[in-house]
Amino acid sequence: MCLALPAKVLQLDGPDLCTVDLGGVRQKVNLGLLDDVKVGDFVIIHVGYALTKMDPIEAEKTLALLRQEGQPVPATA
Amino acid sequence: MRTRNPFPKKLDFTGLVELTHGTGGKVMAQLVEQLFAAAFDNRYLSQRNDQAVVEPPVGKLVMTTDGYVVSPIFFAGGNIGSLAVHGTVNDIAMAGARPLYLSSAFILEEGFPLADLKRVVDSMAKAAMQAGVPIVTGDTKVVERGKGDGVFITTTGVGVIPVGVTPPSGDRAKPGDVVLVSGSMGDHGVAILSQREGLSFETTIESDSASLHTLVADMVTVCPDIHVLRDPTRGGLATTLNEIAWQSGVGFKLEERAIPVKPQVAAACELLGIDPLYVANEGKLLAIVAPQDADKVLAAMKANPLGKDSARVGTVIEDENGFVQLETSFGGSRILDWLAGEQLPRIC
Amino acid sequence: MRFIEEFRDGTVARQVASQIVAEARRDRDYKIMEFCGGHTHALCRYGLIELLPKNVEMIHGPGCPVCVLPIGRLDQAIELARQPNVMLCAYGDMMRVPGKDRVSLMRARAQGANVRMVFGANDALKLARANPDKQIVFFAIGFETTTPPTALAVKTAQAEGLENFTVFVNHVLTPSAIEAILGSPEAKEGRIRVDGFVGPGHVSTIIGTQPYERFARDWNKPIAVSGFEPLDLLQSILMIVRQLNEGRHELENQYTRAVNSAGNLKAQRLTEETMELRPSFEWRGLGTLQASALKLRPEFAKWDAEARFTMPYEAVADHKACACGDILKGLKKPTDCKIFATACTPESPIGSCMVSPEGSCAAYYLYGRHRTSPTPEPERRTA
Repeated sequence: MCLALPAKVLQLDGPDLCTVDLGGVRQKVNLGLLDDVKVGDFVIIHVGYALTKMDPIEAEKTLALLRQEGQPVPATA
Repeated sequence: MRTRNPFPKKLDFTGLVELTHGTGGKVMAQLVEQLFAAAFDNRYLSQRNDQAVVEPPVGKLVMTTDGYVVSPIFFAGGNIGSLAVHGTVNDIAMAGARPLYLSSAFILEEGFPLADLKRVVDSMAKAAMQAGVPIVTGDTKVVERGKGDGVFITTTGVGVIPVGVTPPSGDRAKPGDVVLVSGSMGDHGVAILSQREGLSFETTIESDSASLHTLVADMVTVCPDIHVLRDPTRGGLATTLNEIAWQSGVGFKLEERAIPVKPQVAAACELLGIDPLYVANEGKLLAIVAPQDADKVLAAMKANPLGKDSARVGTVIEDENGFVQLETSFGGSRILDWLAGEQLPRIC
Repeated sequence: MRFIEEFRDGTVARQVASQIVAEARRDRDYKIMEFCGGHTHALCRYGLIELLPKNVEMIHGPGCPVCVLPIGRLDQAIELARQPNVMLCAYGDMMRVPGKDRVSLMRARAQGANVRMVFGANDALKLARANPDKQIVFFAIGFETTTPPTALAVKTAQAEGLENFTVFVNHVLTPSAIEAILGSPEAKEGRIRVDGFVGPGHVSTIIGTQPYERFARDWNKPIAVSGFEPLDLLQSILMIVRQLNEGRHELENQYTRAVNSAGNLKAQRLTEETMELRPSFEWRGLGTLQASALKLRPEFAKWDAEARFTMPYEAVADHKACACGDILKGLKKPTDCKIFATACTPESPIGSCMVSPEGSCAAYYLYGRHRTSPTPEPERRTA
């Protein structure tokens, strides 16, 4: 369950409120479940609330691992 | 020769629609004269009769009707008025026909602002003029406050199929035929949803609402035997293809990668948990043509500004189950089922 | 869409899938349950099942809050909506689920009940502020992902002194459902074969991965907590296949970009502050489970629909021919059910598994019906 997506925080709009961008669409999102969110952070949003921050470095690590799968392993001499 | 002006005071557009506007008396006559007739302005309407007398065209007569109840009334890229023209013109065009005349009947709710009505009517007039199709007759009724959602419009259209053109029909799709679409899917539905209360998302997506008869004219010129033409309105591309599959007794195989969807439409649909292939379009068509005609019809579509993003998206196959299959970008496949009703935004 | 499209790369997906094909041993099969309805949805949407070898079978689990909500609770919501002055706010997912006598929230609306579709608790709060003369009731459903927003809404209502806002709480807990499958009599008899789990991703952003450790440890099941994009799912399935091949049964986190061991402590605190465990709760298809659902604490009774309104409860049993209970536990496949796709379809669902597009039966029906001819076995790489 739980349709939730990563979106980038564009601006902070007030206590516990921000505007995020997802693929060019902007949405107002409630930050009441998180502390210390900054502009430029990525957050996972669900039913109009940010559940957690998304870590871009971990995302890249996961992608790197994924891209390695199924690649032929170089022969060792 | 008429010299007496029965309406000494000009219609005040800062006011509201009242019940008297629908009772047939002088107040209604002024509304018709100074709003509808002034905007739609053509030689048929200027006769001020309850009907229009027109010359019968040469060729097969085509007739269609539609009710327009869209909410919100005003949206990015149009309003209920322009939609009422484009939608009906398109229904005529999907028969391969040239639209000739439109009629429009208004049901107004008591209390609807006249300024809003003027905006709607002016849009309709502009759309009709740009399409080259006059609104030749109409009707106005007013219902009590609470009994109508601002304004409902019913538009009827007649057109003519040019001699030599075989009318496309939903039951004419044949295995081997090619499926073409005239551009990006889901724009209109997303534009409407983005203005609904509560969704609180903003996009720059505008409704694609447009009259497609010139595009169709270009297409039938290069190919007078297009098998199926349909505009995928409510329910989107997937629903429309399911209807055609049922009518023609065939199946479809589509390629997900080939179907154009604007990035913001894709993003908005992700946020809502809906599939853009089921979202309404108001300025797009799909065409199903014999395989040997596909290239030239596609080229004709792309040459018209309304079809610049046209694409070949799939083929018709033998399938007694009538499934619309979609090959995903992963090489897997799934069915685009015929949904019972519209997709609702989900949280799960 | 940043950090979404990269995880939908078809070329990488086919490579990962071919790795699964290469590593899945031919002398055994792998029965993996993806718990979450959202994962079921993703498997079907991207046609991932066809990329897997035939001996890797995905069993669709009960993580669909719409599917496990008992009809009796939905009927209570409909009854509330029929009360004079009440405006019942519900998520889109619930609007077409049929309750008693085939009446859904949507049909009840046509019959005159005041039902509004909302996209979040925030919308219900806005409606409460805008309609002080009406009683706004928010029909809250969902697992642990959706619970903190409800908790926040209740606290907001409290802070603002909103007197016309209540919540009908139907939040349920994920570990309880996993327990129900693993600890069921059928499992104890060895009849349920679930070799490993693809663990819920977004629930875990809130509760962390720690609550699943005991399932890996005590039940010897590998678990991979997974993101929702197709590459996430394929990677998680590969991780489980590897664990099973190596005889390991660990908790692994595939969704490291969003999930950690502890979870969102602030969200957990908010939930803890406003809600407490119900001693037991009926789950459609799984029976009555202890300590598996939440209700508002007595201090928040002012915002609790069950405290403000008299709401008689009438349990509604599932149809005799319905096999959902067995399907949810992985004992049967949807196609094993006698009424699958005949009497029971998405348009007229009889059992919970057909009720939402993520239920097992609905997923099978919507996405897999066309596979009347056998799919060729994906090629194994010989290099």
